Amino acid sequence: METFIQQVVSGLATGGIYGSVALALVMIYQATDVVNFAQGEMAMFSTYLAWTLLQAGLPYWAAFFLTVAISFAGGLLIERVIVRPVEQAPVLTIVIVCIGLLVILNSVAGWIYSYIQKPFPSPFPQTPIHAGAIVFGAHDIGVIAVTLVVLAFLYVFFRYTTLGLAMRAAAQNPISSRLVGIRVGWMLALGWALAAAIGAVAGMMVAPIVFLDPTMMSGILIYAFASATLGGFTSPGGAVLGGLLVGVTENLVGTYVPFIGTELKLTVALAMILVVLVVKPSGLFGRVVVRRV
Amino acid sequence: MDRQITRQGPVPGADAATRDGAPLDPTGSARAAAGIATTRARGDASRLAALLVLVAVACALPLVLSNFRLFQFTQVFIYAIALLGLNILTGYNGQISLGHGAFYAVGAYTTAIMIDQWNVDYGWTIPVAGLVCFVAGFLFGIPALRLEGLYLALATFALALAVPQILKYFEHWTGGSQGIVLSKPDAPWSLPLSADQWLYFLTLAVLLLLFGLGWNLLRGRTGRAIVAIRDHPIAAEAMGINKALYKSLTFGVSAAYVGVAGALSALVIAFVAPDAFNVFLSITFLVGIVIGGLASVSGALWGALFIQFVPNWAQDISKAAPWAIYGVFLILFMYVMPRGIAGSLRLGWARLARARRGTRSER
Repeated sequence: METFIQQVVSGLATGGIYGSVALALVMIYQATDVVNFAQGEMAMFSTYLAWTLLQAGLPYWAAFFLTVAISFAGGLLIERVIVRPVEQAPVLTIVIVCIGLLVILNSVAGWIYSYIQKPFPSPFPQTPIHAGAIVFGAHDIGVIAVTLVVLAFLYVFFRYTTLGLAMRAAAQNPISSRLVGIRVGWMLALGWALAAAIGAVAGMMVAPIVFLDPTMMSGILIYAFASATLGGFTSPGGAVLGGLLVGVTENLVGTYVPFIGTELKLTVALAMILVVLVVKPSGLFGRVVVRRV
Repeated sequence: MDRQITRQGPVPGADAATRDGAPLDPTGSARAAAGIATTRARGDASRLAALLVLVAVACALPLVLSNFRLFQFTQVFIYAIALLGLNILTGYNGQISLGHGAFYAVGAYTTAIMIDQWNVDYGWTIPVAGLVCFVAGFLFGIPALRLEGLYLALATFALALAVPQILKYFEHWTGGSQGIVLSKPDAPWSLPLSADQWLYFLTLAVLLLLFGLGWNLLRGRTGRAIVAIRDHPIAAEAMGINKALYKSLTFGVSAAYVGVAGALSALVIAFVAPDAFNVFLSITFLVGIVIGGLASVSGALWGALFIQFVPNWAQDISKAAPWAIYGVFLILFMYVMPRGIAGSLRLGWARLARARRGTRSER
């Protein structure tokens, strides 16, 4: 029983990370209708930025918020400069541009910072928390807390602010939104900016666990896809919950199903994607898109 | 993400449908129809001539190129077969796949295992690989019927990710991460060709055969049904097209093409290992068809040239960050040719033809 609870707890910890990256994916999908394949690399780059700031001697939280602000501006810039020229092109063209962005960011990060892994500090205490025989890492709890704070912020922003409403409108019906005076182009840019900022937060939460290197996000991005699919690509809360579910399932299956072990763990996550997609394509909490024909 | 398919409606690449639609124009008199027929005949003749010249050039290449360059061109042909397969699915039928690297792997491993374990003659393994992938693709296409756009992309992405792991797991047949080493087949009938040259011609022959079959499939009734499902699924069903059957069959055919390409690659490289079939391969295929031109047979060849040679050029330009250069190339290509190379060429031709016709009517 103790092993079981311990596995669930550590599953929740990794799940929190998947959830935070999934949140960024869902964010950009909702705001712009595009799945951003460069999301993980953008987060990785932001984390390197934070590392540089920390090396320059800034205190952790100053570096944290400065990185989030710079990433916000960076996301805005990427949309304005790189994505905007192909805004009207077929979506596959935009996907290819995102892939281009992915390889550029990855390669430039490797060029500037080299491919050697770097340790990245955690803002939370190092001492694990004991509750009976079960051990919680303080960082793990911190990650889940930070993810929930970001989620709450997003909820309030989209639900109760005019700007949030305008962004939702711009994504759902660009033409009508333009008619009522919403600057749709800027709303898209804002979507990218927000996603970049959330990605930066996720990156800084992931880095203490997996260490900092240019490929650190690729593995996690896959699980984030699984989480977003499970929770539903239209539901930020679903994405976080999906992340926790994927984390826990992955751990439990890895521990209790003998022939799977650690080798086929990823395959389990992928099988989950397939099953969810076939049984309930919009995910557990996603909105079913009804189209008029 | 549902907009991409509907928005691509009037892609110039829907050539099979639009071109064959022309004679049905209600205003067209018999004379106009005859005129169209002669232009079409002339167009077909010039196309055939261009094709023959291309084939002649391809046959002459082994005489002038080094073995390494020849190997690269063999790769181009293999990629072209795979890209045509993916293009049938994504470009013509509108089903996005990020997982065709998986079928490439299945094709390659079918060949490798048949040769390695059962000593089957390599020639037979190629059609078998195609058949195995056809069945696999058809079966995968059935659940994929429920998915569209983004969700299908994700499902196929999962497939691409899972394959290397699964290959490593069945170590007994696949050799685990070590892979399987094959030997390059020698030229048969005591032809005076080296192994590399023979594989080049074999690949070229398979390429011509499959492009011919693909062109034939896409220009006729079946092709129109495939395109109609992409452009307007409801109207297509109302016209009596069995959407479910056509979509899963298209998936099967597409997978079969990619499987044959995979089989050829196993023979040409003479080695298969799970890590060669990573997600990046699937993404490269997608890059290839979009750069080459969606819904275009010739686009497959352009795309194959791009994905084979541009990474090398990027390496030549900058040793430090070659992929950054590659990424810049990708983005620039998409700015300049948002409809891919084949789409831009077609647009250019159409403009040229219109300009010519304009000057003639002024006279």
